[in-house]
Order: sequence, then C-alpha cells, then structure tokens
Amino acid sequence: MRATGSGAPATAARPGRRPLSAPPVIPAAPGNRRARWRRSLPNWTTPWLFLAPALVLFGLFKFTPMWRAMQMSFHEVRPYLGDRWVGWANYQQVATDEDFLAAIGHTVVLALGQTGGSIIIGLLLALVLEGSTRNLWIVRTAVFLPTVAAMAVVAEVWRILYYPAGDGAMNTILSWLGAGPSQFLNGQDSSLLSVMGVGIWRGAPYDMMIFIAGLAGVDRTLYEASAADGAGVLRRIWHVTLPALRPVFAILFTLAAIRGLRVFTEIFLLTNGGPNGSTEVLMTLIYKLGLERGELGVAAAGSMILLLATVLLTLVVQGIRARANRQVTR
Amino acid sequence: MTGPRKTRGRAEALDTALGLGTLGSPLAKVGRFVLYAALVFVFAGPLLALLVSSFSRVTDPTSLTLIPTELTLDNFRAAFKRDVLLYLMNSFLVVGGGLLLQIAVSVSAAYALARKKFPGLRLVFLLILSTMMLPEEVLAIPLSLVLSDLNLVGSLFGMIVPVGAWAFSILVMAEFMKEIPLELEEAARLDGAGDFRIFWSVVLPLCKPALGVIGIFGFTMIWDQYLLPLLVATDSQQFTLPLALRTLRSDEEVGIGVLLAASLLAMLPSVLAFIAMQRQFMRGLTSGAIKG
Repeated sequence: MRATGSGAPATAARPGRRPLSAPPVIPAAPGNRRARWRRSLPNWTTPWLFLAPALVLFGLFKFTPMWRAMQMSFHEVRPYLGDRWVGWANYQQVATDEDFLAAIGHTVVLALGQTGGSIIIGLLLALVLEGSTRNLWIVRTAVFLPTVAAMAVVAEVWRILYYPAGDGAMNTILSWLGAGPSQFLNGQDSSLLSVMGVGIWRGAPYDMMIFIAGLAGVDRTLYEASAADGAGVLRRIWHVTLPALRPVFAILFTLAAIRGLRVFTEIFLLTNGGPNGSTEVLMTLIYKLGLERGELGVAAAGSMILLLATVLLTLVVQGIRARANRQVTR
Repeated sequence: MTGPRKTRGRAEALDTALGLGTLGSPLAKVGRFVLYAALVFVFAGPLLALLVSSFSRVTDPTSLTLIPTELTLDNFRAAFKRDVLLYLMNSFLVVGGGLLLQIAVSVSAAYALARKKFPGLRLVFLLILSTMMLPEEVLAIPLSLVLSDLNLVGSLFGMIVPVGAWAFSILVMAEFMKEIPLELEEAARLDGAGDFRIFWSVVLPLCKPALGVIGIFGFTMIWDQYLLPLLVATDSQQFTLPLALRTLRSDEEVGIGVLLAASLLAMLPSVLAFIAMQRQFMRGLTSGAIKG
C-alpha cells in the first residue's frame, strides 16, 4: 500500500504502516493549523481552489477586456464625460472607412501569403531535412533558430538586411542573381512583399518541424509497397506522403491564418504601416486609433471584427481536429 | 528477399519520403552538403551575421558581415552606456516572475482538470480553451484600460501578472497528468494524505518531464512578448530589452553597432534556452500543434 516506486517521494510514503483507522498523520507545526483548516472545507471546493488562480487571471486579463471591447464598440468613448451609446455607428465607420478597408485587405493578403509561403517552404524543408542522422539534426536546429529568436530581434535584423542602398545585404545578394536593387521596406510596391518575406523566413521552419513530426507517422510499409509497384520518388510523395499529411496541412493552414490575422509586432517595427499606408494592417491601425488618436470606440469595433474572424477560424480548426481524431481512432 | 542485409538496405532506403540520405555516390554527397550549407546560410545566416557583426566595427547597415573584421567590444560598451543592462535586467525579472507564476498557475489548474471530477468541469475546460482565441493583440485596447484600472501600468508587474495564466501550459500539463496512474494517488490517500499533500508530493514530482515542456515554452513565449510591455511601459526605466531595441537604432560613436550588440543580447537567452531544452521543446511543439 505504500506509494513507493517510480519516483514517488518519501514524504508520501512516510506514514506507511499505521492502521487505517488511526487519525491521519498531520505534519508537525507550522503546517498543522493550515492542514486542519483545509480538512474542514467541504469536498467540492477542492477543485475550485486549484482552479482559482487561473480563473481569476483569465477573468481579469481575457474576459473582462473582451466584455469591455464589446461594450466600447457600441459607444463613443469619452473619458471623464461618460460614454455615449451610438449603436452600430462604430462598425459602420469600420466597414466604410477607406483606411480600414485597405488595412483589412493588407491583413488578408499578408496572412494568406505568409501562411501559404511558410507551408510550401516548410514542406520542402521537411522533405529535404527528414531523417535521423546527427548532421541532419544539426542542420534542422540551425534552420529552426529564426522561430525561437524574439520577433523584435528578427525585425531589427531584417531592417538592416533590407537596407535599401545598392550595397545593402539583400541588394548585394539580388545583384549576384542579376536583379535589383530594390527599395524593400521603403518602396510602396515592395514593402508588403518584404514584410511577407520576413514572416515566411520565420514561419517556414516552424511548419517544417510539424511536417517532420507528421512524416514520422507515415507508414513505412506503404513506401515499400509503392516501391514494389515501381513508383518513383515523385509518385511516392504524391500518392503516399502527401495524403498522409493532409490533416497536418489543414491544421497548419488554419493556425497560421489565425496568427496572420493578428500580426502586429513585425509590422510595427519593420514599417509601422508605411510607406504611405502600404503595409498598414488591422492591428497597427487599431493600435494607432485606440492609443494614439483616442478613438477607442472605433478601435474596439475593429477589434471585435478581428475577434469574430479569429473565432470562426478557430472553430474550423476544431472541426478539422475532431474529424482527424475520429479518423485516427477508427 | 535474399538475406537480412539486403532487406535492411531497402528499409533504410525507404525510411524517408525523398530517400536523400541513401544516395551514396560522391557527387550526391557533395550535392547534399551544398544543399545543407545553403539552407543554413538562408535561415541561420542573418542571425550569425548579427553575432559576428556585433563584435566587429560595423557602423552602418551596408557593412554587416559574416566574417569577423576588426574585433572590438565597443558596441557592447556603447550599449551598456545606454542602459542595456537595465533593460536586460527588466527582461529577466519579467521572464523569471512571469514563468514562475505561469508554472504555478498551470500546474494547479491542470491538477483540478485532470484528476478531479466535479460539476462544471466541462464548462471550465471550454472556458480555458476559449482563451486561446483571445490573444493580447485582439484585446490590446481594452486590456490597456483594464491594466490602468488595476494600477499595473508603469510597473513590471503589469508585464508579469497577465502572462500568469496561459491556456497552452494548462492543457499540456493536464494532458500529462491524466497519464499518471490513479493507484499512486489512492495509496497516498489511504495513508492519510490530503489533496494538497497528494498534489505536492505525489503528482507534482511525477510531472517533471511536462514541467520541462511548459518551462521552455513559457520562457520563449514571455521573452518574445512585445505588445504587453508596449502597453505597460510608460518610461524607458521599465523597458524590456526587446522593447528597447527600437530606441537603440543608432549611436553617435558606433552607429548601428549599438543595435547589433543589444539585439544579440536580446536574442541569446531564448536561443540558448531552446538549444539546451530542445527535446522538451519538440515535444511541446507537436503536442500543441497537432494534438492540441
């Protein structure tokens, strides 16, 4: 009956030999009074005591702000004067304002481009770097570093690499390839693409790792079977590997799209929406409206739209996951 | 199948989708090496350039280099003169406090979710899951109001307390705790241990592997925080290092060298933590993204 073995600590096993009817051994003071107090609590409170810290923090920093965003989105927020109910006016403004529409457009383009680019390059990386040798492990670790470096660092490094002069780092590489020079972040036509490039550079290694985990689950006997049927590498990938990875694709796509919708830090640091609004996304616009221009109601309405899009996409992910799980258990 | 050796050779050939590793000709080996080198150059190159250049005399963006030239510590000296040590200290305080709080909160909530049956369990679970749809970015504006109501603006606590509860950590931890055999708990209960004793001295010590996972994830997540410190900091005295980078883009003496030195210091902690705990990181990555 003693809780020994597999790392269970001695403290739990200490009272071991005592007859079951004896009163529980309570650790000596100072824990004594506390232990008795705990024991006097009714049983149903225990799980709630354990949950309390998490629930309080979520309540304060997730659900209260959500509730206030909902409220503010229907009000003209006037500090010290009291809020004025304006109905759907804030939403109307968001839906008709050119800046907002442009920002929504940039956000969607950026999210789709980064998501698609990361998945394609991530898959290629995974196919090339799949395997268990030590060399591959080192290469994978090196390739993965952009994902763990802080976004602020990544943004500052890329601001330097994208330096628009002819002898900036990226322009030098472009000139080796016989192209360029480009204005990168400073050009209205190239800024969004440049930001997208940074997103893909940081997102592809992440996708690679997920794909590699997925590849490990592909049934090796299917490879054998396809080889026995005389299929080459390309047909093997097309008919065996890719179908097996389908659930991974779906999840990566939706997760990355959700992340893409709320992109903020990289834009804020790389271009802050410029030049001339060409990289303004929803979050940078909301930030400027809310915290710099004090139009809290409109900013809140924008946030609510973003939230709604996120919720919808998340439900899609959950649906896909449920289906994938059912397939696995079947 | 003529013999064991041949069978094994085939199995190896088909161990990966592409089968690159099995091409044995010298040309293939060179090709493989070139390919790997190119990938490392593209993905790790910029960060390596940051490492090398921060120790070199690099004053403007066009002289960023992968090859050390004129090694110097001037960049770091200039950075320290501009309070980078203070920012680094702030960052460590935030990540230390935030991570401790996050682990304590996650472990405690996970215990209730994984080991207890009570009315409302499903609702609480859904509630926690739903917070994954409410990232700081989306809530930034009202969050800044809540933070100021709670008097958390202008203090490092404002960057620590809100990261205390993170659904990912709670769910990973709960998933792990479900696997611990119930008999251990029952044995301790028969020995007279209460819930808190069981939690502390039976369940928790068995959760060490999962603690590693949520520890490394929490560390990189908090270190990467940008918007929250941006909302909270009212004065450069409260800047974390990632937040401060924007204010260090150039220096009279060393030009962008000061930014390079500060960026390197902001990059190293999360990168080193990742390299040290890579196995745990990969475990969290696959559990978080695929199984959820």
